[in-house]
Amino acid sequence: MKRQMQSVGDVAGLDDHAFGSGTISWWGVTGFMLIEGMAFVLAIGTYYYLLHNEVQWPPSSDPPPLFWGTVFTVALVATEVPNFWIARMAKAQRLQPVRWGLTLMTVLGVGVLVLRAVEMDAMNVRWDRTAYGSIVWTLIALHTFHAITDVFDSGVLTVLSWTKRMSGRKFSDVSDNAMYWHFIVWSWVGLYVVIYWTPRWL
Amino acid sequence: MSARVDLLERSWADRPGFIGWVTTVDHKRVARRYIATALVFFVLAGVLALVMRTQLGMSENRLIGPDQYNQMFSMHGSAMMFLFAVPIMEAVAVYVVPLMVGTRNISFPRLNAFSYWIYLFGGVMIFIAFVLDIGPEAGWTGYVPLSSSDFSPGKRTDFWAQMITFTEVAALCVAVEIVATVMTMRAPGMTLSRIPLFVWSMLVTSFMVIFAMPAVMLASSFLITDRLVGTQFYNAAEGGDPLLWQHLFWFFGHPEVYIIFMPALGMISSIVETFSRRPIFAYTPMVMALVATGFLAFGLWVHHMFATGLPPMGNSFYTAASMMIAVPSGLQIFCWIATIATGRPRFAVPMLFVMGFFALFVLGGLTGVMLASVPLDLQVHDTYFVVAHFHYVLIGGAVFPLMGALYFWFPKMTGRMLGETLGRWQFWLFFIGFNVTFFPMHLLGLMGMPRRVYTYQAGLGWDLPNLVATLGSYLMAISVLVLVFNLWRSVRRGEPAPDDPWGAPDLLWATTSPPPSYNFERMPVVTGRHPLWVNADGDPRIDLPVLDGVRDDRREVLLSTPVDAIPVCRWALPDPSIWPLWSALALTVLFVWSIFDQWGVVWGAIPAAITFTIWFWPKRSDVSLRSDE
Repeated sequence: MKRQMQSVGDVAGLDDHAFGSGTISWWGVTGFMLIEGMAFVLAIGTYYYLLHNEVQWPPSSDPPPLFWGTVFTVALVATEVPNFWIARMAKAQRLQPVRWGLTLMTVLGVGVLVLRAVEMDAMNVRWDRTAYGSIVWTLIALHTFHAITDVFDSGVLTVLSWTKRMSGRKFSDVSDNAMYWHFIVWSWVGLYVVIYWTPRWL
Repeated sequence: MSARVDLLERSWADRPGFIGWVTTVDHKRVARRYIATALVFFVLAGVLALVMRTQLGMSENRLIGPDQYNQMFSMHGSAMMFLFAVPIMEAVAVYVVPLMVGTRNISFPRLNAFSYWIYLFGGVMIFIAFVLDIGPEAGWTGYVPLSSSDFSPGKRTDFWAQMITFTEVAALCVAVEIVATVMTMRAPGMTLSRIPLFVWSMLVTSFMVIFAMPAVMLASSFLITDRLVGTQFYNAAEGGDPLLWQHLFWFFGHPEVYIIFMPALGMISSIVETFSRRPIFAYTPMVMALVATGFLAFGLWVHHMFATGLPPMGNSFYTAASMMIAVPSGLQIFCWIATIATGRPRFAVPMLFVMGFFALFVLGGLTGVMLASVPLDLQVHDTYFVVAHFHYVLIGGAVFPLMGALYFWFPKMTGRMLGETLGRWQFWLFFIGFNVTFFPMHLLGLMGMPRRVYTYQAGLGWDLPNLVATLGSYLMAISVLVLVFNLWRSVRRGEPAPDDPWGAPDLLWATTSPPPSYNFERMPVVTGRHPLWVNADGDPRIDLPVLDGVRDDRREVLLSTPVDAIPVCRWALPDPSIWPLWSALALTVLFVWSIFDQWGVVWGAIPAAITFTIWFWPKRSDVSLRSDE
């Protein structure tokens, strides 16, 4: 049976891009943040699960040195200032600020990754020494992997913003990229408390 | 052909020939090959089961030795769970969901193609490893310390752990695609309370995948790093804990059962509603039951660990939670029975499989309630009683509905009807063969026969039930052959299928069989829960309200709000591309390389980053265009 199609309206006047939860890409980024967030939650759960096997925590080493971990954390949180700003500029579809904002975020991203390398270098336990060392390194490595991914993405978007035509969809991508950086920053704040302060408070 | 259709054909066409085959991003083509691949893995894993059953058909048999047997049961379980059950359910959804919600493709078409390739390469890798005698050997559950370097030296378990990574990446990609499709691409008017129950079931399943699968990826990553770079997660001597594996594995593993079962519930709802020719009884409680099952499924994992010596208080909690999940499952069964009883049922082949489901799943559910009580579980732990239970749940609960769904949706997918008579033969062979195979295993378990043994001594009273089970497995194999023959014959010269051969109520059936590359010529609008029915008797509606204004000269779809499905914007989807394939190949190199050398993760990341970047490089669809531009 062939059904008779009856037009009940026209959507030609709608834009072909949007921002936030009305778009496919927002749900894509959110979906992957949920997956990765769940991995962080389970890894943190593992940390506390392993803690119960020991009479002293950390076993056979001092708590991780605070200085570089804290410097990294402060620097990472500070990147939220330009990050919030670039998200606003992207939604306003302002090309020049977005270009310079992306450039700045890429440079800052590389900067915090360098700090991360210093933080790793200062770590006082090896991953193959004890289960404690294994989980601490896993937490840091997991977070670093995600941070590298987003810095790389920011770099690619920076190149695009200077070389290709930026239209609504690309501004929407910039906004989603900023959202993912929020995740990188605030998931680390939680991890920082777990890694650096659990051994001191417990 | 109208100019509009002509333009649509050109915008949505794949490139011709082989290039078109490897670059396609059409959800229907990708889903078809996903389903076909999963069926091939099903047959391969089934052949392994036949060999094992033949080995166990008589006592002290010498057909295969213990090492081969270990690899076979490990491969059978791993392939059935990771390469067949989860992927085929998601694959069916990849085909069906975009059509049911009335859109033209899945939300991330290239990610979808990538997901298929990575799944294929992971499956091929583990079967090549198996053929080369480096297949997994520690069971599909891979418990440590059995799977640790001490007891599983060599690369066997490493291949298994990486197979997990492949399949989980693939499954997670599809889960995100389905969530995004359902939340943004529903036809205008398809509010949350009008979503077909199959779509609801896939939405809940996808969220379950998102929250459950990270656990097994973490667990298998810990395992492989313990084996390759000396981490100590599971090494009790250095503060690790073997039970950590079981917690992480079952935090995934229990929801996994529901990840397989939940899509089947949606399939049953679709079949029951269509073949009863009346709206499903108690739609809203049915949705609530799906959501409740999704939540409760995360609170049961410890019932797999009753024998590990956990505190009795904790065990009691998980007993209660396990009993509780029977409530939403029972509610749905009663609602289906009410739908059938108050409708005008037609017992075509899809309905036969649903009837089979009722019988078998209730049996499996009852033994599940038995196993949820700690004292009984401790008696039959690791015996054939457990094997019988989970085959009743998984085959009865998921494979029967899946086969019904195959008969139900095959006409839409291929434009051909499957043979009804052969279908009935297949159903009865499968139903009888299944019970002959698995029912005796309850008795074997109660008699004390442990699972995962390659042979047993004569005189224990186990010979006859084992022989019966083996004969039953041959009946099941014949049934699968009948299915394969039916599929082959129908594809070649089956009766042509009309657009809506069953008189079904959802948008999937509003387009041609098979659908064109663009699914719908104009974007459909929904005004009720059953867009193709005019009343509660299931009488067909002859008109279909549609919206105009979505561009035909590129791959554009309409996005709508997550709750009320009010149009938000037009959205262009990407064209075909070879880069998902190259990206999947690059990632495959990384995964396989890392089995042999940890630096593979670093060096392998370079080609992966390059291929992914080219994949995401701006394309035609990224450029904003006004509707008249």
